[in-house]
Formats: sequence, structure tokens, C-alpha cells
Amino acid sequence: MPQLTIKDLSLGYENGAILSHLSFEVNAGDYLAIVGENGSGKSTLMKTLLGLLKPLAGEISFGDSLRKNEIGYLPQQTLVQRDFPASVTEVVLSGCLSNGAFHPFYNKADKARAAANMARMGITELKDRSYRELSGGQQQRVLLARALCATEKILLLDEPVSGLDPKVTMEMYDLIKQLNDEGVTIIMISHDIAAAVRYADHILHLGEKIFFGTVEDYKKSEFGEFFLAKEETV
Amino acid sequence: MILGASKLAIYLQYPFVQYALIVGVLIALCSSLLGVTLVLKRFSFIGDGLSHVAFGAMSVAAVVGLTNQMLIVLPVTIVCAVLLLRTGSKARLQGDASVAIISVTALAVGYLLMNVFPTSSNVSADVCGTLFGSSSILNLSMAEVWVSIVLSVVTVAVFVVFYNRIFAVTFDENFAKATGVKTDIYNLIIAVIIAVVIVLAMNLVGSLLISALVIFPALSAMRVFKSFLSVTVCSTVLSVSTALIGILASVLLSTPVGPTIVAGEAIVFIAFWIIGAVKGVKKA
Repeated sequence: MPQLTIKDLSLGYENGAILSHLSFEVNAGDYLAIVGENGSGKSTLMKTLLGLLKPLAGEISFGDSLRKNEIGYLPQQTLVQRDFPASVTEVVLSGCLSNGAFHPFYNKADKARAAANMARMGITELKDRSYRELSGGQQQRVLLARALCATEKILLLDEPVSGLDPKVTMEMYDLIKQLNDEGVTIIMISHDIAAAVRYADHILHLGEKIFFGTVEDYKKSEFGEFFLAKEETV
Repeated sequence: MILGASKLAIYLQYPFVQYALIVGVLIALCSSLLGVTLVLKRFSFIGDGLSHVAFGAMSVAAVVGLTNQMLIVLPVTIVCAVLLLRTGSKARLQGDASVAIISVTALAVGYLLMNVFPTSSNVSADVCGTLFGSSSILNLSMAEVWVSIVLSVVTVAVFVVFYNRIFAVTFDENFAKATGVKTDIYNLIIAVIIAVVIVLAMNLVGSLLISALVIFPALSAMRVFKSFLSVTVCSTVLSVSTALIGILASVLLSTPVGPTIVAGEAIVFIAFWIIGAVKGVKKA
């Protein structure tokens, strides 16, 4: 049974649908890249999947023992965070809030999980540093560790490499791939079709026409031929 | 110096000075707690707007002739806080514009009412007192002291219990919401705490100077400290100590309480700004 089934989904805001009749599914362990031009509805789709927006029509169903709100999320950086006084540990721990009953404070299990995920992201030595003083790549690792505290099952990444330099971009993609190899389902929004094809195993291409399928089929499709040929000539 | 100390010792025996110190410290404590959240959520202006609303509500209460003005002022301010934070987050009607509209209207209507239905012979002095706090902190009744104590204890307790959630909602509301934190409830809690703090703080510094009490300690602390916890603790300590020193100074020097405290906050801010610059902390 798929972890996530999207059936005949229409989404957008009150004054009009951006996308309609969208259907796809995501199985445990998949690496899905969502690509498409600006304004094609990538971010709207992500917000809808996260439950921040209500779909206009259609349904999103969770299977394979995945509960709603069990989706980890790597957002794009917000302006507020740029000068937020918070230590790395405080940020990572805040991912633990989603779990079950209300406890006012973090317990030992939460702290252990935060420590484990910081180690996994290679940021243990940064744990007392201030989030706002870190480099872009380090900040993304902190937010990934936080997302992993919220769930081990499925991560939604919104443009995870935007603003990073080429070397850090490569490291970030490798890190995401490594998580995927460890069994975490990945859904990644990206501008970078070349990287999407290299790392992901499924592609959802949004635009006037919608493509959903495996990377192999995508490469053979008219989208793939058009976009990948263009990438190569650049 | 010795003269000042003995003078202080005499003043400290008066109940009104003791009340002022107790209530002043509690108000300073509460008002600094949410400062960080308000500054970071870009809500600094909401405190200002709400204090004008509280002023309007207070003049209505005075005109109606209520003995316990809290009964009107607190609920009205809470309702406005909830409405303003709502528009702030959804940004449908520009948040800052709606704050401006509500606050100037409340200010104008309040002053109008006090002039049309004067309750005392010297309206200007009354208005000035409400706006700048002048001496109301030194004229507290036993009942007002108790109300302040109870509200402060509740505010601090709520803040401590929800501390981690408030952090999460401030740092990244979307993430918190997506992972199942009931962000609407915590935004509501934040709004209610702000309203309570503002109504309490009117006694101390008057409605025009409240935002200083809320914003200054947080801004000062953010210059130097780097984690949310240390910033929160530091701004609380700063706020309480400036309030304490400010009240004592104003008793000794016969200056108005509110402006004395706020001037102190400003000096502290400048000092911390310099410390931060010297330490090379990234600018906030």
C-alpha cells in the first residue's frame, strides 16, 4: 500500500485553481522529485500535502501506517530565521514536539533523538552554536535534523539547495540520497531538473502538461527530451 | 549618597512604595517574556496599537463610572489582540494598516469621551496620567495589587508550560503546523498574554510607553545572547532590574515613574548594543 495517495486533486487559493485533476502515489522508500516552472504550483502542492492548505477538490490519503502530521518538512528559509537567537540544539529539539500527548518539556527520549539526528547530520560539534551564525549548508543540516526528529518515514524538501554554493549543493544532495538509502521516503521540490533526474527515482513534472512516472520514462518522454537536451546545451 | 540611602529607607517603609515595587517587578517580568516572540514575529507594533485600545477602553470605563475598570479594559484588549494577530498572520488587510486604524481610533475616541463626559475637573491631567503612567503605580489599592499578582503568576505559568511550543511557533510556524502543533491555539495564547501584559503595564508606564517595556529588554538581550533561552532569561533580568531601579530612582528624584524606567531601558539598550558590537555578534 502506498504511503501517500493523491487522487484527482485540485489545489490553489480561493480565487482559482492552480492545478487540477492531479493524481500520483508515493511508496515507502521512493525518491520523488517535483519539478516545473515558477508558478506551476510546486509550493502550493507541498503546502497542501502538509495540510497547511485545504485542497479545493480530490483527496490525499495516508497509508502504510503513516499518520497525517507525520511528514517531516524542510522549508525554505524565512526572513525571521535569519536573525533568530536560537541554539542549534533548541532548533533540532523543536522537531520533537509533534509526538503524541502534550508534555510541557522535552524528555530524555526527545533529547536522545535530537542528539542522534545531529550526529547523523554531522552537526554535533555545532550544537551550542547560534543558528543565525551558521553557513547556509550548516543551517540546512540543522533543519534536516529537526525534520528527522519529527519523523523517520517521509521528508518533504522545498528547494533544499537554493542559495548554496556548488560544493555544498553536492554534499546536500548526497546527504539526502543517503537518507533515502536508509529508507526515508523523499519528496523534493527542485528547479534543478538535471539533479532531479540524477538522484530521484520518480518525477512529477508540473506545468501545462503534467507528467508523473519513473525517471526512465521521464527521460524518454517529450518533457525529458526537451528539458534535458536544454540542460546539456547550457 | 548616605542621605539618599536613608531617604530610601524611609520611603521603603511606606506601603505605597512597597506595592509599587512588587507590582512593578511583576509587570516587568511578564512584559519581557513575550518580547522576543513579538520582535521576531515582526509584531512589535501590535503592543503599541493594543495599548491605545486599552486607553480607549479605560476612558469608556471611566465615563460609565465603573469602579473596577479591569472589567472592561481587559476583555476589550484581549479581543483586539486576537483580531490583530489574526490579520497580522493572514495579511489580507495589511497588518500594520489595520493596527494603525484601530489604535488611532481608540485613542481619538478615548480622548473625545473623556472631554465630552468629564469625570473630574482636570481632564488634561487625567489623560496625561493614563498616557504616561505618571503616578498611578504609586496610588495602587490593595485590590489592584492582588489582581496584578494573580494575573502575573498566571502569565508566567502559562509561558513556562507552553515555552517550547511558543519557541516552535515563533521560529517556524509552518513547520510546527505541518508536524501537528496546534499553532492557532498557541497564537491565541500569545495574543491573550500580550493583552494581559499591556493592561497590567498601563499602571506602570502608561499606555504610550508600554511597547518600550515589551520590546527594549528583548532587543538588548538579542544583541549579546545567542540562544532563545539565554535571550529570554537575560531580557527578564534586564527588565526586572531596570524597573526596580527606575521606580526607586523616581521616588528619590521625584521624576515620573514610567518615563524614568523607559529612559533606563534605552540606556541599557545602548550599552548592550555596544557590547554586542564589540563582541562581534552578528547583528540582529
